[in-house]
Amino acid sequence: MTQLGDLAKVLRSKNSGPFEITLDVLFDSKEQYDQVKQSGRITKRTICELYQIREEQIHHLVFFDQALGFKITMSRDISSGSVGDRDVYGAQQHAPLMKLSIDYLEEG
Amino acid sequence: MGMSEYFGKEGLQMNTDIRILSPCGMLGYGFPEQSFMNGMEFELHGIVVDAGSTDGGPHKLGAGVSIVSKRAVKKDLDIMITNGLSRKIPIIIGSAGGSGAQTHVNWTLDIIDEILDERGLQAKVSVIWADFTQQEIHQAKEEGRIKALSPNIPPLTSELIDSTNSIVAQMGHEPIVEALKQGVDIIVCGRAYDPSPFAAIGIYHGKDPGLSYHLGKILECGALCAEPGTTKDSILGTISDDSFTVQSLNPDRNCSPTSVAAHTFYEKEHPYILHGPGFTLDLEHCRFEEVEKGVVRVTGSRFLPAEKYFIKLEGARRVAYRTFVVAGIRDPILIGKLEEVEDYVRNQAREYYREIPESDYQIQFYNYGKNGVLGSKEPESFTGHEIGVMFEVVAKTQELANSICATVRSTFLHYGYDGRKSTAGNLAFPFAPSDIEFGPVYEFSVYHLMEMKNNAFRIEHR
Repeated sequence: MTQLGDLAKVLRSKNSGPFEITLDVLFDSKEQYDQVKQSGRITKRTICELYQIREEQIHHLVFFDQALGFKITMSRDISSGSVGDRDVYGAQQHAPLMKLSIDYLEEG
Repeated sequence: MGMSEYFGKEGLQMNTDIRILSPCGMLGYGFPEQSFMNGMEFELHGIVVDAGSTDGGPHKLGAGVSIVSKRAVKKDLDIMITNGLSRKIPIIIGSAGGSGAQTHVNWTLDIIDEILDERGLQAKVSVIWADFTQQEIHQAKEEGRIKALSPNIPPLTSELIDSTNSIVAQMGHEPIVEALKQGVDIIVCGRAYDPSPFAAIGIYHGKDPGLSYHLGKILECGALCAEPGTTKDSILGTISDDSFTVQSLNPDRNCSPTSVAAHTFYEKEHPYILHGPGFTLDLEHCRFEEVEKGVVRVTGSRFLPAEKYFIKLEGARRVAYRTFVVAGIRDPILIGKLEEVEDYVRNQAREYYREIPESDYQIQFYNYGKNGVLGSKEPESFTGHEIGVMFEVVAKTQELANSICATVRSTFLHYGYDGRKSTAGNLAFPFAPSDIEFGPVYEFSVYHLMEMKNNAFRIEHR
């Protein structure tokens, strides 16, 4: 079983404004990018399970072929730096995504 | 084509390449002086640096303070100003002082004055203010010109406006272009859309706004689009009529088509659709190609003017005061029942202060080493022998936060939980005193779009 964190060159999280967290996953080869894109594992449902959020909390899930990457943007439960926030920059929210298993494509 | 059409502003030919140097991704982060001086070898049309961000939370805007030191800002600006002035290259600072409100702009102006004074230099300085009064926001609300950005942002009530002392908006390129037309040496912008001060240089020189903003989006982060990427190094952007190029100014870093394309992702909600003041930038059909080693050319950035001109408002208000404690726990029996003990401690403190309404304060525990970052959403189960616990009390007043935190701390330290063997104390404090008075806590209370009626950003020539 291959994990997303093994295939990606960059796998990170960051605020996109104080009310959203955005996850970026970038690859350095088209082969690995395609493998992940075509695995069918990167769905709103998968992300909801990983982050225990509702589907409407995912504002964007977009692949960008030129950059060999995809992006997921979701709403924060608590805005950046407010009472109860645990990650002001949103910079350590990516870890659950690293362990997502990506199945190898079956030929044919 | 007549001569007046062929020649742009200041008699420059329209097909002249326009070069912008970005020393670093955040004023006060620092950059290798050699990288900056490598940029001086080119004929430059602007030295532009972004100084702001909301990433560090609402405290800077609310409290009117900076996240970088005065010493570091002065060090960076000294290099920019001495080199820019002697070569007559305009210098632009975006979102001065971190949040771009009046106090932040004045703080930056004082540093500039100090440098000019110490160096015996003179400069024409323009300021573009980005502050908005509560009255202006109330009026916009009554006129239906306020819009929420996303459903998880609380609606902008009159009460929220009244309790938010510091409100700014992100400016576009327009007031900066106006200031450039006055032939000034240094432009200090209040809060700006991060790419705007960069885009202003290109647009002032008659270049395509789509290319100008896309380049600005890349340059505002310094050398982050290079490999290895960093905000603490310099980068050069060159705009032609139908494309722009970016290149690292440090030979140890290299821009590649993928590194530049991938940078579009950074800190933005969408990989190729960007919303700015009065426009949308569509980068879906951009092409990224290497024209020579380390020089990446970008084409196809599309600027789509919006039907209505909206600017993004930012405001922070004080909501509470905090006191917190950091301590270590090594006892395996306590680690095994930590949440249970914390619940008891919280309830015990509430019981002790039963005369104080529970809505006046909150007690929270963060168990680092277990789930300090992700909290209840942590998917991994705990394995370990030590936990760093941080607990905080946020309350209506500092005195209340201090008092309740002291009770929480002493209760936690001495609580005799079931099965305890270490009857002398539960917490290892790294410091004495253990309780840290944090001061006021802020929140982003305004983060909304406002339709702009006419240019709302006042330019002041000093």
